[in-house]
Amino acid sequence: MNIIVCAKQVVDISEMKIDKSSNTPILTGLDKKVNEIDKNAMEEAIKIKGDHGGKITVVMIGEPDGKERMKEILAMGADEGVLVSPPDALDYAQLTTLLSGAVKKIGDYDLIICGEASTDMFSGQVGPRLAGMLDIPQITYAQKIDAAADKISAERNLGDTVVSMESPFPVLVTVTKEINEPRLPSLMEILASANKPIHEWSVDDLGVTLEEKVVATDLQGISMDRKQEIFEDDSDASIQKLVDHLMKDGVLR
Amino acid sequence: MVLVYADHKNLATELLAKAVDLAKERKEEVHAVLVGTVSDADGKDLISYGADKVFLVDYDSKVSKAEEYCDILAKIIDETSENIILIGSDKNGKEIASRLAGKIDAGCVVDAMDVSLDEGKVTVKRVVYSGNAISVQQFTSTPAIITVPSKVFEPLKSDTGRKGTVEKKSITPDSSASKITNVSEKTAGNVNVEEAEVIVSCGRGFKNKDDLKLANDLAEVLKGRTVGCSRPIAADLKWLPEEHWIGLSGHKVKPKLYIAAGISGQIQHIAGMRDSSVVVAINKDADALIFNSADYGIIGDLYAVLPKLTNAIKEKMG
Repeated sequence: MNIIVCAKQVVDISEMKIDKSSNTPILTGLDKKVNEIDKNAMEEAIKIKGDHGGKITVVMIGEPDGKERMKEILAMGADEGVLVSPPDALDYAQLTTLLSGAVKKIGDYDLIICGEASTDMFSGQVGPRLAGMLDIPQITYAQKIDAAADKISAERNLGDTVVSMESPFPVLVTVTKEINEPRLPSLMEILASANKPIHEWSVDDLGVTLEEKVVATDLQGISMDRKQEIFEDDSDASIQKLVDHLMKDGVLR
Repeated sequence: MVLVYADHKNLATELLAKAVDLAKERKEEVHAVLVGTVSDADGKDLISYGADKVFLVDYDSKVSKAEEYCDILAKIIDETSENIILIGSDKNGKEIASRLAGKIDAGCVVDAMDVSLDEGKVTVKRVVYSGNAISVQQFTSTPAIITVPSKVFEPLKSDTGRKGTVEKKSITPDSSASKITNVSEKTAGNVNVEEAEVIVSCGRGFKNKDDLKLANDLAEVLKGRTVGCSRPIAADLKWLPEEHWIGLSGHKVKPKLYIAAGISGQIQHIAGMRDSSVVVAINKDADALIFNSADYGIIGDLYAVLPKLTNAIKEKMG
């Protein structure tokens, strides 16, 4: 079974600050990491490969320093990586066009697994958009996957209902964070990953035309100013003061 | 034209209100699509909320299968030259919109909090970076596919005198290789954290499921009486059903008072509760991130604090 996992490098938003004077988020200098849910996608791919054999290829579109993140994913158990670093920022149409170009260049695949969304943008657009472009079935928000030799079965978490679906291959599946606990690679696996191939393909290599459909015109920070009155102990006096504050704020009725 | 599609009627009426605005400015008609076992009366209902034309697509499917719904919409759009397509942003709507965008090669923005025309250009705002920023985006192509969550727009008042047409469309979507094998309703309680005025929320600081009673007791003395929780409690430990889960992939809440007990304050949790008016944090770890997002904090063991706080509030409120 040949599996393609789509992965993204994201900035660590937990460290993000807002520049007060311009009211814009400061994105430079933040740590970069693998989008967490993509590791869940990778974990499922490894399990399926364990049962059915085959090959796992990871595709990442983004800046060249994504190579470091790619190595982390290869260490988890992927066989090969594909990194496409376009010169400019992309919208979803362009991003998915590159992904579909990479998928077609890889050619032989049964299953594509994506995380349901990335932690930075949280659109969840890439998976189903890619399935639409490739004209293959999609199974989104999977919280459980069972792969057989000729089909995949999955439970989809739709909030108030759980929908079970199955599909023959090829199919694209997006997974939720709850589906599994991604493994931590061992030191040996990390060292071994250095020898795994990472193919760096250019936009031209993929033979696609990129056409922008949506342009980002502004990014405004949302500042959350809280009073941050912290009582250092849980004495009765502190509790009483807290209740007095809440009373004054008019939230106790 | 401006086209509206949502699984649920309430959401469809909210989108219609915005569609009426946009269509007026563009001097276009408002179209709506209803898919399923639908009648003329359902169509007329949407006309009363602002649609000029409603397409009824009789299609027997208990739950949405994205490939087929997407195909139905694509076929309608192909005939009617829609410029703006507003789709209800529930889980079904998002995957249908995204797939549709890939299929017809259109721009798409998911979870818009505002849609407007800026010098004629379709402009949307959406929240990014876990609720820390708003991205303003402009379409440079048509059609513009936009998903909008519930409660973003107010529906117009229903006016049964409004004129419009209902058109039956017989569309057979291309069949897809996937199939739905089972649909099970989750056991839903009566909890709606999104509507709650007061929420007492539980995190990993609770050691046992039974101890959640402490949060329940406090919620009981407060108006609102709703208990929420962070991801580990709902998703990992499953001590509470997902309807209680507050966060980026759970529910987004905006109560007057939010009390976070034993919650560390991961950014994904903050994204779900940041619109609360007053936030109280209780945590024994003085360095817990939650204190940065709190108006008031008590550094202490929730097992001691919650019963004391419950009593103090009970006394105060009589």
